[in-house]
Amino acid sequence: MAQTTPRVRIQHGTFDVSQEIAELQAGDPRVGAVCTFLGTVRDRNVQGAAHAASVQSLELEHYPGMTEKSIETMIDEAHRRFDIFGARVVHRIGVLAPTEQVVLVAVTSAHRGESFQACEFLMDYLKTQAPFWKKEQTPQGAHWVDARVSDDAALARWGIAARNA
Amino acid sequence: MQVHIKYFASIREAMGCGSEAWDTSATTLGELRQALVARDARDDHPLATGRAARIALNQLMCEEDALLTPGCEVAFFPPVTGG
Repeated sequence: MAQTTPRVRIQHGTFDVSQEIAELQAGDPRVGAVCTFLGTVRDRNVQGAAHAASVQSLELEHYPGMTEKSIETMIDEAHRRFDIFGARVVHRIGVLAPTEQVVLVAVTSAHRGESFQACEFLMDYLKTQAPFWKKEQTPQGAHWVDARVSDDAALARWGIAARNA
Repeated sequence: MQVHIKYFASIREAMGCGSEAWDTSATTLGELRQALVARDARDDHPLATGRAARIALNQLMCEEDALLTPGCEVAFFPPVTGG
């Protein structure tokens, strides 16, 4: 199915989830399910209880070019694995405050099962394979966020070795 | 051969630059990594053996045995943390 807008966008500004869904659905009457995942900035770091509610802002860096290519590859793989009509990923970069939107994954399909699965697959893939890095600003200073072994395990469920964390 | 090297996140900060072009006799990603560590001669090198560094060759994640080609783009970065 031809999509008139890019499947992958990396941008500083925020996005309107309703508009993203409407563009992805594009009036296609075959679509019976739209599944979305929206990631937002937390104010607490799970890596240390001592730093509870201490994240003042989050800075996101990426590898221009590789980021877009790697996510395009992920969406191609989602189409091979699941009976879906379309998928879209929007990811923000730059400095973000707690509660702000970071990432959107949206998938359309005829029935809910395929889009639920494809949405989770895309997020698991993105967390361990897309070249983004987070730096947290706290009252104690700034530090880079460590990768989590549990994210590698999440991708392994789909039969893919992440080898990231 | 000349290769274009990029650094990201904590590795970029530790290297003190985001990119450089370098003439090297290395033939693989692993040899290039070792050559950079030897060139810079510092105790806390972010690419030293045992430090967590992921490597992309021409914007694809690769292992250290991947072969360099003239003009290729190599990127060193820590484990990714997007999403």
